[in-house]
Amino acid sequence: MTEPVAVSLTVNGERIDAQVLPRLNLADFLREHLGLTGTHVGCEHGVCGACTVRVDGDIVRACLLLAVQTHNAFVETIEGLSDSGEVADLQAAFCSRNALQCGYCTPGMLMAAQDLLRQNAAPDRAQIREHLSGNYCRCTGYHAIVDAVEATVLARRGEQP
Amino acid sequence: MKASAFSYIRPTTIDDALALLAQHGEQAKVLSGGQSLMPALNLRLSAPAWLVDIGGLSDLRTIAVSGGLLRIGALARHVDVLKSAEVAEHAPLLADAMVHVAHPAIRNKGTMGGNLAHADPASEMPACMIALDAIIVVRSRAGERRLQACDFFIGIYETALAAEELLVAVEIPVAKQNSVRFFHEYARRKGDYAIVGLAASATLDGGSFADLRLGFFAVGDRPLLATASRHLIGRPVTAAMLAEAQAALEAELDPQEDQQAPVAMRKHLARQLLALCVATLLGRADLEARRSA
Repeated sequence: MTEPVAVSLTVNGERIDAQVLPRLNLADFLREHLGLTGTHVGCEHGVCGACTVRVDGDIVRACLLLAVQTHNAFVETIEGLSDSGEVADLQAAFCSRNALQCGYCTPGMLMAAQDLLRQNAAPDRAQIREHLSGNYCRCTGYHAIVDAVEATVLARRGEQP
Repeated sequence: MKASAFSYIRPTTIDDALALLAQHGEQAKVLSGGQSLMPALNLRLSAPAWLVDIGGLSDLRTIAVSGGLLRIGALARHVDVLKSAEVAEHAPLLADAMVHVAHPAIRNKGTMGGNLAHADPASEMPACMIALDAIIVVRSRAGERRLQACDFFIGIYETALAAEELLVAVEIPVAKQNSVRFFHEYARRKGDYAIVGLAASATLDGGSFADLRLGFFAVGDRPLLATASRHLIGRPVTAAMLAEAQAALEAELDPQEDQQAPVAMRKHLARQLLALCVATLLGRADLEARRSA
C-alpha cells in the first residue's frame, strides 16, 4: 500500500484522476503533478500559510493535507480564483497599494483575504489582521496588505477607500 | 521536508478502524485533521508504517446535548466547535479558547479528538477539558472507557490512550447558571502556542467562589489543574488571599525552559494570569492591581 493510490477530485472545476503516493501532500500534487505553481510551499509544517487553498469551500493548508485525503473533494487554487475573476478586485488593490512586494506570500494572502470577505462583508482592520495572522509575509509588508484588503472591503460595499 | 513513506487506509466504519488499530498497534498512527500529525510527519519526528485515516467516520462529527452533558464527537473540527450554538450556550469557555487555536485555515481541518490525543502541553483544549471536568471517551474492540480529563493527560504528547484505542468523544457537564469562565494566553503571535495560558471555570456564590477550577497550560509536561485555587474558595477574596494563592501556584508549577521563555518568566506570567483571572471573574479591579506585586 505504499504503492500509488487512485484519487479522483475536482480542481478549479476540472475533473482530475490520478495515481498518487500516500505521502504526497496536496501542495506538491498541485504544483508538480498539475503544474499549478501558484500554490507556494514555504515551511511545510503549517506555519507560513503560503500553500493556502480552498477545499470544499474552506481554506486549508495544502502542505498539511495528503493528496489522498482529497478524494472526491472540490479543490480551488489561486489559479481558479484568478481565472474566474473572483479576486480580481483584491488583486488590483494589492497592486495599487504596493502590497505585492516579492509576491511569494501573495497567493496565500489572497486566498485568506477572500475567505474573510466571504464570511464578513465589513471587517475592521483588527479583524483583517487577525484573519491574515496565519500567513507570513517575509518582506513584512503587512500594513500595505491590510490597506489593500480594507480598500477592497470598502469598494465592494460601494464606499470610497 | 517530506514525510517518509507509509501505507494509507481509510476505514468507513468505527469497527473497521478499531480492527485496524488492533492489527497494527504501535505501527499505526490515526490521521484525523492532521494539523499536528502532518507537521510531525513532514519533519520526520514521526514515521509510522500505517496511517489510519478516520476522516470518513462521520458518526464522530456530532456536537449534541443530552442528559446534562455536552458531547463533542472526536471529528468535530475546531471551526465547528467555534461556531456551534450548543457550545456557545453550554461550554462557552471552549468558544473563547478556540479563537486562540492556530489560524482559520488550520481550524478548518483540526479536530477536537486529534488535538486531545496529540496532548501538546501548550495546547488550549486539554486545559479547557480539565477546567471543565470533562470525560474523555475512548473505544477499542474490547469496549469503551471513560476517563477523567485529569487522568487522560500523562506527559508531553502522552495520554492514557492505548495503541488499539480510538478517542471517540468528550463529554462536558453543561454550564450551570451561576458559572463564569476565563480564558487568556500569552503568545508571541496570535494563534501560536502559548508561552503561558489559563482556562478557568468557576461558580459564584455572591461575591465569592463556590468552586474554581484553574487549568494552566504551557507550564509543565501536561495541563495542570492548579490546587492553588483552594486559597480562593468560600469567602470574599482579599489581596492577602490572592498573594497566598499566587505563592502556592508558583510552588506547584514545574515549567520547562525553552526558546520561548525561561522558567522565571513562565512563573511570573502564571502569577499574573491568576490575578487577572480572579479580578475578572469577581469584577474586582483592586485585585488585578496585585499583578505588579
